[in-house]
Amino acid sequence: MTDQHTKQQYLTFVLRDEQYGICIDSAKEIIEYGNITSIPLMPDFVKGVLNLRGEVVPVIDLSLRFGKSATKVHNRTCIVILEVPFEHQQVVIGILVDAVSEVLEIDSSQIESPPSFGARIRTEFIQGVANIEGEFVILLHGERVLSITEMASLIENVLEQ
Amino acid sequence: MDLQESELLFINEAEELLEVMESCLLEVESEEAAIEEHIDAIFRAAHTIKGSAGLFGFDSIVAFTHSVESVLDKVRAASLGFDNELTDLMLECQQHMAQMIKALSDPKVLTDNEKGTRLLEQLDHYIHPDKSSAAAPEPVVEEAPTDPKFWRIQIDYGEDVFRDGMDPCSQLRFLENLGRLHQVRVAARFPETEFDPESCYLTLQLALESDATKTEIEGVFEFIQESSEVSIGSPKAMLDNILAYPEESDRIGEVLVNTGVVTERELQQALHTQKQSLQENKPTDTLGSMLVQKGVVDESMVDAALTKQKGQDHRKPADFQFLKVDARKLDQLIGLIGELVTSGATNELLISQVQNEKLDESFSQMVHLVEQIRDGALGLRMVQIGESFGRLKRIVRDVAKELDKDIQLDILGAETELDKSMVEKLSDPLMHIVRNAIDHGIEPQDIRLYKGKPAKGYLKLNAYHEAGAVVIEIVDDGAGLNAEKVRAKAVEKGLITAEQSLGKEDIYKLIFEPGFSTASAVTNLSGRGVGMDVVKRNIDELRGQISIESELDVGTTFRIRLPLTLAIIDGFEVSVGESHLVIPVNLIQECISFDASQMTKDRNYLNVRDEVLPFVKIREVLAIGGTRAEREHVVIVQFGNNRAGLVVDHLRGELQAVIKPLNEMFRSIRGIGGSTILGSGDIGFILDVPKLIELATHQESRRTHLTSVTSSKGEL
Repeated sequence: MTDQHTKQQYLTFVLRDEQYGICIDSAKEIIEYGNITSIPLMPDFVKGVLNLRGEVVPVIDLSLRFGKSATKVHNRTCIVILEVPFEHQQVVIGILVDAVSEVLEIDSSQIESPPSFGARIRTEFIQGVANIEGEFVILLHGERVLSITEMASLIENVLEQ
Repeated sequence: MDLQESELLFINEAEELLEVMESCLLEVESEEAAIEEHIDAIFRAAHTIKGSAGLFGFDSIVAFTHSVESVLDKVRAASLGFDNELTDLMLECQQHMAQMIKALSDPKVLTDNEKGTRLLEQLDHYIHPDKSSAAAPEPVVEEAPTDPKFWRIQIDYGEDVFRDGMDPCSQLRFLENLGRLHQVRVAARFPETEFDPESCYLTLQLALESDATKTEIEGVFEFIQESSEVSIGSPKAMLDNILAYPEESDRIGEVLVNTGVVTERELQQALHTQKQSLQENKPTDTLGSMLVQKGVVDESMVDAALTKQKGQDHRKPADFQFLKVDARKLDQLIGLIGELVTSGATNELLISQVQNEKLDESFSQMVHLVEQIRDGALGLRMVQIGESFGRLKRIVRDVAKELDKDIQLDILGAETELDKSMVEKLSDPLMHIVRNAIDHGIEPQDIRLYKGKPAKGYLKLNAYHEAGAVVIEIVDDGAGLNAEKVRAKAVEKGLITAEQSLGKEDIYKLIFEPGFSTASAVTNLSGRGVGMDVVKRNIDELRGQISIESELDVGTTFRIRLPLTLAIIDGFEVSVGESHLVIPVNLIQECISFDASQMTKDRNYLNVRDEVLPFVKIREVLAIGGTRAEREHVVIVQFGNNRAGLVVDHLRGELQAVIKPLNEMFRSIRGIGGSTILGSGDIGFILDVPKLIELATHQESRRTHLTSVTSSKGEL
C-alpha cells in the first residue's frame, strides 16, 4: 500500500510485441544494432560482446532470457546499454530490443504489483505492471533480469555439457 | 570506521615499519645477521611508530610501544643481551603491535588486551631487572675535565670591528658566562704600511671549557661573522658523539651537524666554497678535508663520520628510498596507456593505407616510444616477490614451532618481480601451501629419522622468470603425496568414480577440489578441507596454473605459473572464421602451414621434422562456424613442458593486446583468457593456451568415452 505518490521515469521498449519498461536510472544509452562479436561456446541468450568506446560490453538477447524465441534483427532493433550492480560495482550490459518507445513518467499509483501468472515471463523479473492509457507496460526488475550470478551459472551449465 | 587520509597513511607506514621490524628480527633469530646490524632499524621502527601514534592520540599504542622501545634502547646501549628469549618476546610484541594497528582500520580485529598486559609485564622485567636483587647500582661515571674537552677558538678580527662598535672584551666576558676560559692568547697583525689607530688588528686564541653547544658558542660571534674570521674547533672528546651517533644518514655533513661537531652555518659555508670551486672548475676538496683545513673539526672526527657513512651503506634497509604513489593514480595511468596502445594500433592500420614513407618512419618511432612507456608503466606496478616470501618466513617459523618441527627454509629468487596486484592475491595461496607442506608434508622428527632423512625438514621457496611467466615453486622434502590414498579419498568423497582411470598428475590435482582433505586429524592449522580449493581458485583468477610433482617419501613440489602482468601482453593475431584470436607471443615457437598429408593416420598428430606434434583444431574446440580456409596454418606453441599445434585459418600478425577482462558472467569459460580491442575496432579474444589444450583433451576423452559406450551398446 503506497499512499505516497512518487513519480519515476521509465524507459519503455518493445520486445516481441509487448511493452516493457525499465527504470531510467539504470539505462545509460541506446545504440544502433551492429558490430557484435559472438563469443565461442556461449549459449544463445548471450548475443556476444561489443566495443563501446573501448569498453568490451556483453549483449544479452532478452527474449531468449525470457524463454521465448530469439530476437530477429530488423532495422529498428536497438541495444539498450544498462548498468547493473554486481559485487559493489556497476557492470555494464547491453540488451537487445525490437524497438525503443519513449521515456515515461509513471506515478506509483499507476503501478500494480506483478500478477502471479499470465505475464508469460518469470514473476520475479517483474517489478510491477503499469496501466498506461489502457495499455499494460511490464516494468522489469533490471537487477534480477540481468543477474550476473544467475547468468554465470546458466553459462556454466551449458559449458559443462 | 571512517579514517582520515593521514591516519590511513600512519597505518600504512606503521605496517611497513612492522614488516621491517619483523624481517630484521627473523634474520637475527636465524643468525643470518647479528643483532648489532639490525638493532638500529628495529629500534627506529618502534620509535617512529610510537611518535606517529602519539600524533594521532592512539595512546594504547604509544604506551605499549614505549615499553618495547625502552627494552630495545637497552639492547642498543649494549646493556642488555639479545638472546633467543628476547627475540621471541620481541616477535610477539611486533605481532601485538600489528594487531593494534590493524584494529584501527578494521573493527572486526580485536586487540587481545590480556596478551598485551602479559607482554608488558615481560617487557618490564627487562626494563627494571628484578628489583629485589638489585645488587649492582648504576655506575656513576664522573667525567673529569681533561684537555680533549676544550674548545679551541681562533678569532681573526676584521679591521672594521671597532668602527662597527664591537668590543672583543665583551665577547670574552660573554664566553665566561658559557664556561671557563683556560687560555687567552692575544696576537696582533700590524700592517707594514700605514697604521690606523681606529682599525682592529687583533687575533685571539682561546681555550674554552664549556658544556654549551657549538651553535651557542657561535652565537657569541654572530655580529662579527661578516667582518671577521672565526673558527671554532670542536673538542676532541666530541669524537665519542660521532662514534655513538645512532641515526642513519647518508651524508657526512648531516652526521657532523647532528652530533654538534659542526654547526649548520659552518656546513653551509663549506658547501658554498665547494660549489664555488666546482663552478670555477677548480679542483675541489672533499667536504671533510675542507672542514679540517678550516680548523673546524679534527681529522679523526671526519674519519669517524666517514666510517659511519660507509657502515650505513650495507646496513640501510633497502626500502626507504621509495616514493609512495596512490595505486589508483597508477591504475589510471596504465589504463590510459592501454588506450594509447589501442589507438596506436588503429593509427597503424590507417597509416599503412596511406603509404607515405616519412609518415611510416615517424610513426614507427612513436610506436617504439609507446612500447617503452608501456613497459615502464607496467614496471611501476612490479614489485619483488621477496615481500611475500618475507611474510612466509614468519609463518614457517610459527607453524614449525607450534608443531614442534625443525625446518630449514631456503628462499631463492626473492628479487623476482611480478605485478603488485598479483602479489596480494598470491599471499593466501602461498600461505596455504606452505602450511600444508609443514603440517602434512614434512614428517615429525622420529619418523624422518626412521626413514633415514635428516631430522631437520627442508622447505624451499623459489621464484624465477620463464618465457614470459613467473614461476613460483614450493618444495618440501616431506612424505610426498600418496596417489593411492588421494584416489581412495576422492572416491569416498564422490569426486571421482572408482572405475575412473586417472594419471598421477590428475590424481594430485584432486586435492584442489572443494571439500577434499586427507588429514585424518583436523589440526588448528590445516586439515579443514578449505584451503587447497581456495588456492586453485585464486591462481585461476590470476590466469595462472598450478601443478604438483610428488614422490612418496621424497617430497612434493608445488609449481605455480603466472603471467607477468595482468594488463597488456604482446600477442599474435590469428583468425578462425569470423573470430579474431590472440595468442601470447611468448608461447609461440613457429608457424607452419597445415598439411593434412602430414597427419598421422587421421589422428590429431602432425609430423613436424620427424617429431610428433599433437594439434588442436581451434574451429572444432571453440565450435566456431564458417568454412575452413583453403590453406590452414599451424601455430606451434610451447608452455612448460608441453608443445602443441593450434590450427587456424589465417595468420594476421603481431600486436600489443590490452587485456580487457570479460564480464564476470563468463567466468566459467575455458580457453579464452580475456578480450582485447583490435586496431580495427573489432574485439579479439585472447587465448588461454594451456586451458584451451586442457579443454581439447577433455572434449576428446569424452568423445572417445562416448564412442566406446555407443560401440559397446552396439555390440549388445
